[in-house]
Amino acid sequence: MSQRLIELLLEALGETLAMVGLSAGLAVLLGLPLGVLLLVTRPGHILAAPVFNRVAGLLVNAARSTPFIILMVAIIPLTRAIAGSSIGTAAATVPLTLAAIPFMARLVEASLREVDAGLIETAQAMGATPWQIVAKVLIPEALPGIAAGLTITVVSLIGYSAMAGAVGGGGLGDLGIRYGYQRFQGEVMAAVVGVLILLVQLVQSAGDFTARRLDRRQSPGRDGK
Amino acid sequence: MIAIDDLHKEFPGPDGPVPVLRGVSLHVAKGEIFGIIGRSGAGKSTLVRCINLLERPSRGSVTVGGRALSALDGPALRAARREIGMVFQHFNLLSSRTVRDNVALPLELTRVPRAAKRRRVTDLLELVGLSDQAESYPAQLSGGQKQRVGIARALASRPSVLLCDEATSALDPETTKSVLALLKEISRSLGLTIVLITHEMQVIKEIADRVAVLDEGRVVEQGRVFDVFTSPAHSTTRALVREVLNLELPESLASRLRHTPSTASHLVVRITFTGAAAHAPIMSEMVRRFGVSFNILHGHIDYIQDAPYGTLTVDAAGPESGLQAALDFLRHHNLKAEILGRVAETDRAVA
Repeated sequence: MSQRLIELLLEALGETLAMVGLSAGLAVLLGLPLGVLLLVTRPGHILAAPVFNRVAGLLVNAARSTPFIILMVAIIPLTRAIAGSSIGTAAATVPLTLAAIPFMARLVEASLREVDAGLIETAQAMGATPWQIVAKVLIPEALPGIAAGLTITVVSLIGYSAMAGAVGGGGLGDLGIRYGYQRFQGEVMAAVVGVLILLVQLVQSAGDFTARRLDRRQSPGRDGK
Repeated sequence: MIAIDDLHKEFPGPDGPVPVLRGVSLHVAKGEIFGIIGRSGAGKSTLVRCINLLERPSRGSVTVGGRALSALDGPALRAARREIGMVFQHFNLLSSRTVRDNVALPLELTRVPRAAKRRRVTDLLELVGLSDQAESYPAQLSGGQKQRVGIARALASRPSVLLCDEATSALDPETTKSVLALLKEISRSLGLTIVLITHEMQVIKEIADRVAVLDEGRVVEQGRVFDVFTSPAHSTTRALVREVLNLELPESLASRLRHTPSTASHLVVRITFTGAAAHAPIMSEMVRRFGVSFNILHGHIDYIQDAPYGTLTVDAAGPESGLQAALDFLRHHNLKAEILGRVAETDRAVA
């Protein structure tokens, strides 16, 4: 492998990590609260708000059913307003984040829903406020599932980020398309695919490990008894 | 301590509201252990959830410690709930927290300072005998240990009332006994009022002072446990009592009972002993004084709240005058003597 190829790969990897890292971070920051709201505002739940729940649900579904490549192009005005430009790594982060938030939110909602309703009732019987129930019962108990959801989100983001080349976002996908496909440099394509496989593998293993560490439901626990 | 007046609860159903509680009225005194028993579907879980307003009654009122809970909402209701501990059938411990942190949860909700919280949790774990498991996770504990954590957690906010919703129904008989003993002990030592719902008469017998029998959303019988056990009035109560006090005659004997008097027959009598009479040598005295011989067919002595309660079914043979005198003697000693029938002489050999 030539020195030049390694440099190109490292640069592209850096761009991919920046895009994925930033959008995943924002997805947690905004998707987690949205996921919580999607659950607790359901009719009959601790902060029931059926109208809000319905509207939020529809928006989330709309965002999730738009193919990423279309979403990316469709929101170019918004991207320009936020990132100052519609081209580049920073610009690519906007659609990535926007796609990741509802994705993450649904996964968070699903994990929270798995928490035994008896635990919510128990906290209510103790006199917990709805937000105390969220912070002290729902999220901690769903944390292994949320960690697994974040892993899926990050892996999906790595895939989406390959399309960021369309807005000049750079990254591994862009490198593969430009050198591997358009210039017929097969070894660049192979290298890009190899790095992507390694990256996803790494993210998945780290995610699984974290989820396992967080899960106290069956594990023998830290003292290993 | 707890006053429930004309409580109604309906749940929406496909064909209109389904009544679950239909006018329940109960009064629980301070420091007493009050049992509520009923078959599944009788409404007992709904009833206990109405006490801390986890279910809002459709009609009627709930007053705990002089405060009308059914009139409260929001922060006032949450404050009132802190005065009421609750223990659940499936323990409902947080799997992500250690035993110590589970017990600390109610204290976190009211922002008890760290040092005070730590002391309180240590004391509670000591009380329930789990000091050495403080750093374990619920998944590492047995059912009985989990319920002890549940009890410690319920006591953390120093409630004056403890609600137990089938607290021992998921436990084996031996563990049940030890958990009930713990509840009894804390009730006495802390002056705690306990409302305990169960479908097992054994639990009531073991621990409750008074009991209410719930059937189809109504209280069909209530009173001191001893009285309800020894003279159940309602058919549901009788069926429940029969499960723990085995009073049935063996089939082989029941089929030979005759209800018409005939000569040279034996009386089959069921004698019920309660209280002090259970200790007195009644039988041997009757043999001596009236020349009546007894053949014991069936016997059972039980202790309800430490008071002995026994039944003895005997086949009594002797001169008619002696039998009559023996029956009078029993009644004179305030023992219930119930003539179940007569068995013919020829039949007796088979017994």
